[in-house]
Amino acid sequence: MTTRGPFDLDLRHMVRGDTQMIGVWVALLALIVFGLLRYDNFGSSYNIFSFLNYNSMFIVISIGMALVIMTGGIDLSVGSVAAFTSVCAAYLSPYGIEIALPGGMAAGAAIGGVNAFCIIAMRIPPFIATLATMLGAKGGALVISGAQTVSVDWSSNFTVFGMGKAFDLVPWTILVTLLVALVAWAILEHTLLGRTILAIGGGEEASALMGLGVTRAKTFVYLFSGACAGLAGVILASGYGAGQPLEGLGWELSAIASVVVGGTLLTGGLGSIPATVAGALLLGLVFNILNFENGKGTISLSAYWQLVIRGAFLFLVILLQSQFRSRPNAPR
Amino acid sequence: MTPLLEMTAIDKAFSGVSALVQSRLEVRPGEVHALIGQNGAGKSTLIKILTGAYRRDGGSVIFDGAPVNFSSPRQSQDAGIATIYQELNLVPLRTVTENVMLGYEPRRWGGFIDWRRAHRRTREILDGFGVNVDVRAPLERCSTAIQQLVAIARAVSINARLVIMDEPTSSLDDREVDVLFGVIDRLRRNGVSVLYVSHFLDELFRISDRVTIMRDGRTVGCRPIAETSKLELIADMLGRDAEEIRSAGMTGFGGVHAASGERLLAVEGAATLNRLKDFSMDLRRGEIVGLGGLLGSGRTEAAKALFGVDRLTAGSITLKGARVSWMSPRQAISAGLGFLTEDRKSEGIIPDLSLRENLTLAMLPKISRRGRIRHDEERRLVERFIRELDIKAAHMDQPVRELSGGNQQKVLLARWLALEPELLILDEPTRGVDVGAKAEIQRIIRDHVEQDISVLLISSEFEELVEGADRIFLLHDGRTTSTLRNPGVTEDMLIGAVAHNANEASVQDGQ
Repeated sequence: MTTRGPFDLDLRHMVRGDTQMIGVWVALLALIVFGLLRYDNFGSSYNIFSFLNYNSMFIVISIGMALVIMTGGIDLSVGSVAAFTSVCAAYLSPYGIEIALPGGMAAGAAIGGVNAFCIIAMRIPPFIATLATMLGAKGGALVISGAQTVSVDWSSNFTVFGMGKAFDLVPWTILVTLLVALVAWAILEHTLLGRTILAIGGGEEASALMGLGVTRAKTFVYLFSGACAGLAGVILASGYGAGQPLEGLGWELSAIASVVVGGTLLTGGLGSIPATVAGALLLGLVFNILNFENGKGTISLSAYWQLVIRGAFLFLVILLQSQFRSRPNAPR
Repeated sequence: MTPLLEMTAIDKAFSGVSALVQSRLEVRPGEVHALIGQNGAGKSTLIKILTGAYRRDGGSVIFDGAPVNFSSPRQSQDAGIATIYQELNLVPLRTVTENVMLGYEPRRWGGFIDWRRAHRRTREILDGFGVNVDVRAPLERCSTAIQQLVAIARAVSINARLVIMDEPTSSLDDREVDVLFGVIDRLRRNGVSVLYVSHFLDELFRISDRVTIMRDGRTVGCRPIAETSKLELIADMLGRDAEEIRSAGMTGFGGVHAASGERLLAVEGAATLNRLKDFSMDLRRGEIVGLGGLLGSGRTEAAKALFGVDRLTAGSITLKGARVSWMSPRQAISAGLGFLTEDRKSEGIIPDLSLRENLTLAMLPKISRRGRIRHDEERRLVERFIRELDIKAAHMDQPVRELSGGNQQKVLLARWLALEPELLILDEPTRGVDVGAKAEIQRIIRDHVEQDISVLLISSEFEELVEGADRIFLLHDGRTTSTLRNPGVTEDMLIGAVAHNANEASVQDGQ
């Protein structure tokens, strides 16, 4: 043990997992610099806010997904849950955002609770259990909406949440997303619960033998992920003025991609919330930049091609990461 | 006699740090050659260079009369070098035959696999080992020992000239070791050479012809086993003088002391669904009680019953006079118990978490306030234990997977000591760590027993039990069979008692 001087700053305990998370920050920074240099309006507050506003849903879902994945689990239901809760929120919109927001999150958390019950009490593998609730929530959204978009009540303050700014300054969605990220980060870095989440991913049996609250932590992550998806649904309904039962397709995969790009191991036990947010931003930014490029008229890519490019980009970032990670360690 | 394998002046460095310096190894045809050294001495690196998993920086390798430079394990396999790893590289869900033949299946016309011939050939090899198993059964149904033999059978089936075995006996019980040694003997008689890596020195004297000793990446000696002694080997491994070690006393937890404290724990006729049938014991405050028996006798299962992992189906556990029935390890921990698992890799360390986080995992509730971890207190505590237990790491935030086995074990030990338990259950506390770390760990345990911790010591090493425990309970087939009381217990007595319990059994397709 070498003693550490007071000025010998060690970043390792500040940014968990170090090297494999460098990739996402490097790529994010590179894209931002590229955008700023190439497009005039890229750095405008309008673009920044509308970009963050749109992507807040994906960021929130990714944060919930990150905690689940850190325990070594997976939550495939998030996209459907968001669609379901967007309909719920639309129905609740006449009562105002004060009711619709907690209501939507509670509906999401309830489905998270079903996930937790199936996975913990019934010992169904997370992949299967959340696949089932994904289909169930999808069906539920179609049933309660009659497979139609459900208009919200424009007279209440419901749409202010998705479209308006807090104190005429920052969009509410961005503020809430930031809050969710902060809460998740604080839990992970500073609490017993967070340490337990990482420990479970590293070795569930070992964690139980140490007397850690394994069941409680696992229940928490699925509830949290459900509530995050619920929040995303509320943002969706509030931002578009309608409950969208058909939305949310493939969102779970985007979320998983963000988490992975953020350096969280799919096997669990290692991960970071800031890097997950960066991962989600990165994937969103690829679209944003392609839109600008289309706007410049130099190229003209359909949305389908944009997906292909996003896939290629994802591949690139992960390749970059594995390069960082596979640096030879000193032998034992 | 021309050697089968001659490695000379091998150099290897990893990112500037030397792992091997001018090391050498010579194996003759048809000999069992032991390779020993502490963790980090360079044994694994040397073997990986031989098998082509690593490329050497310098030196030469001559195998079977020709210079070779393998660039992949497959190449060395094709040249006749088979490696049986500590963690077996087999496919548990497939049949025994498939595991033996995978990649080298006999073919019929048209390239189809000739399963009849494959099964027959596999059975021939295993029969030759004196092992009778259903070769069509999935491998996972076989015991660890049989799986080990299947791995060896695979080596034989590809006509290996040199078989490398890395800690082959670490998860075998005595009978299984006998069978393994029988097979090794057979290989030797057929002219196959065996390179044998092991921490268990006693074994080397039973099975090997010559021994190569490594220390700090160098080969420090190579001699016929018949002309050396255990003490000399240990001295060589540690780089110390044999006499010095003899006088210091290498192993043991120190003097046996009379325990006259109150009765802390009593177990009566405990049974679980997990192989424990009728387990009874008792333990007084300040006492070290040993739990002995062969592998599969229920030692670990007894510990798991005590610790609330497995629920009792019969019998009772009494702690400090009160009947207890814990539903989870958590309750056992809050009652003052600690449990150092034998399975460090899967039940002990959390590899990606840091040394610090691993050390404090069990005691987090104690250093958190309303769920919030007090980081300054955590760091102070970790620093204290790193110092007290002399844990070697770059810093406390280093991932624990990067530490050596002995240091990982110290971290786990610190994890429980930090909780200040009344009763610490130690399951194989010195397994898989090198001789130096072993002595240190035993010293740490001794120190803490003097500070009024009671210990339940589970060990498959008779020496450790005889020297360490005040009393020893022996288990066989999930039942307590006999009790031995120190002072006065000898290794022979213990072995005799265990053998008496087990004499009717023989190695078969154990499950």
